Amino acid sequence: MSTHHSPLTTHNIMERPLTKNIHPGCLPFNLKEYKMTGGYEAVRKALGSMTPKEVQELVKRSNLKGRGGAGFNTGMKWSFVPMGKDAPHPKYLIANADEMEPGTFKDRLLLEGNPHQLIEGMILSAYAIEADISYIFLRWAYRKAAQLLRKSIEEAYAAGYLGKNILGSGFSLDMYLHTGVGRYMCGEETALLNALEGKRATPRAKPPFPQISGLFGKPTIVNNVETFCCIPHIVNNGAEWFKSLSHSQEDGGTKIYGVSGKVKHPGAWELPLGVSMRELIEEHACGMLNGYTLKGVLPGGASTDFLTPAHLDIKMDFASVAAAGSRLGTGTMIVMDDATCPVGFVHNLQHFFAQESCGWCTPCREGLPWVERILSSIEEGEGKEEDMELLQMHTQLLGPGNTFCALAPGAMEPLQSALKYFKEDFDNHIKQKRCPYS
Amino acid sequence: MLTETEIQAIDHEIKLLPYKKAAVIEALKIVQQHRGWVSDDSVEAIATYLEISPAEVDSVATFYNLIFRKPVGQHIILLCDSISCYVMGYRSLYAALQQKLGIKFGETTGDKRFTLLPNACLGCCDHAPAFMIDDILYKEVTVEMLDQILSEHT
Repeated sequence: MSTHHSPLTTHNIMERPLTKNIHPGCLPFNLKEYKMTGGYEAVRKALGSMTPKEVQELVKRSNLKGRGGAGFNTGMKWSFVPMGKDAPHPKYLIANADEMEPGTFKDRLLLEGNPHQLIEGMILSAYAIEADISYIFLRWAYRKAAQLLRKSIEEAYAAGYLGKNILGSGFSLDMYLHTGVGRYMCGEETALLNALEGKRATPRAKPPFPQISGLFGKPTIVNNVETFCCIPHIVNNGAEWFKSLSHSQEDGGTKIYGVSGKVKHPGAWELPLGVSMRELIEEHACGMLNGYTLKGVLPGGASTDFLTPAHLDIKMDFASVAAAGSRLGTGTMIVMDDATCPVGFVHNLQHFFAQESCGWCTPCREGLPWVERILSSIEEGEGKEEDMELLQMHTQLLGPGNTFCALAPGAMEPLQSALKYFKEDFDNHIKQKRCPYS
Repeated sequence: MLTETEIQAIDHEIKLLPYKKAAVIEALKIVQQHRGWVSDDSVEAIATYLEISPAEVDSVATFYNLIFRKPVGQHIILLCDSISCYVMGYRSLYAALQQKLGIKFGETTGDKRFTLLPNACLGCCDHAPAFMIDDILYKEVTVEMLDQILSEHT
């Protein structure tokens, strides 16, 4: 979390609900400190005076959309879970903390900066769907977060916010930390369930959706870390307040945005949903490093379409980024400068996707390595003109509807847009039989 | 053969799950934590203990990149090779590491001190390029910093 720009901003502290108590370089709040700033009041309020359905309704009205990248209304997602005394149990609630989308570092900030906020959000969400057991699925590499979460979960148990009959409400919830052993696929909702069941992390066919038959065949909700972190604030301050935080008509709340690449000040900042790409790159990231010009942007992680300097004034909300031909995704953008070879850049992305393909379905398992090899040969000056057609063909063959999950279609997004915006660079490699950037 | 300590740790995981087999990833993690890697014998021992076939254990073990099915060095270097670190120059770090250690990705130094592996995005993109050695994350690493960092791991 960068704070260098805080004197410039007029936003008051209420407008950064998720990060106002995060101080980079300091230890996060322990339970006592967290409570002193209003922590666990939302649990007291919801469990004491609201029904689970009322919490669901509140979250639905707040227009909170999933922060993992898909952007589905969170309250709506919960509403498909069977409720009441005839519902199957145990029901599960899972925090997807397997942050592995290249270029994405926003959940790390929340996990290391305020673990109790996540735990409180999970307790509230579990109450809303009447879940019995919750997991935090954390990627292996987040060692510091693992330590902090383990300690915070223990504190929450000791204080009676987890375990049997929480605050005398009759609601009980257990919470476990699961650390993964690698693979991007674990971030895919149904593959994550397979990983938790001790299987290979391959995706499952839908339907049945996890809300009906998820972990161990029981009703399950999986949400992103940032999504859960919004919940305590919605319960405390209401749906209208949450909507008013945003600059966007349709999406409620703030968003943790990030910028990496050759900018002066890479970092992550909590801002109203719908700030412009220009504000992010020019104000918060302080513009490009001296001597470099902006050439392209992946607005929300490795699996989003390139945008260009012509798009700088679009609003970074789900609908506006989609209208510009890309996706908001995780909201953490990767900036490509004019000294970086676009072919090499896309080759690096496709190498990642080819490596992380789980191998379950043929187009992804066979197609991605093929794409990677073509890009590699173009980058090395061995590309042929027909390679451009082959690449174009793959963007269709590996596109939506042809694969089991979103991995390969996601991989095709930066490729298809690179072929559109940076075609000249590809052609120059093929004509000159070398990389003009090296 | 699993040790008493390993069996106790695996039993603890089994208790939290609806059936034994679901503990296979945890069992692999536990064995690796104690032995550094997972040998064929360990795969067999886990399979016998969880009452599943060794092939099933191996199919899981080989799926996940942080379960090691070959012996590794005392320290594991995980160099991020994803996009932000690519833009910020991980390749020069890799070249320098190859030269200093005399190994490529997937290899272990002759003195068994270091194993060098590529790793997908470490979620440290605002401080790229980055790598981990064991549990420690190093940020904004330059070639000049490498000797000092490596000397911290004896």
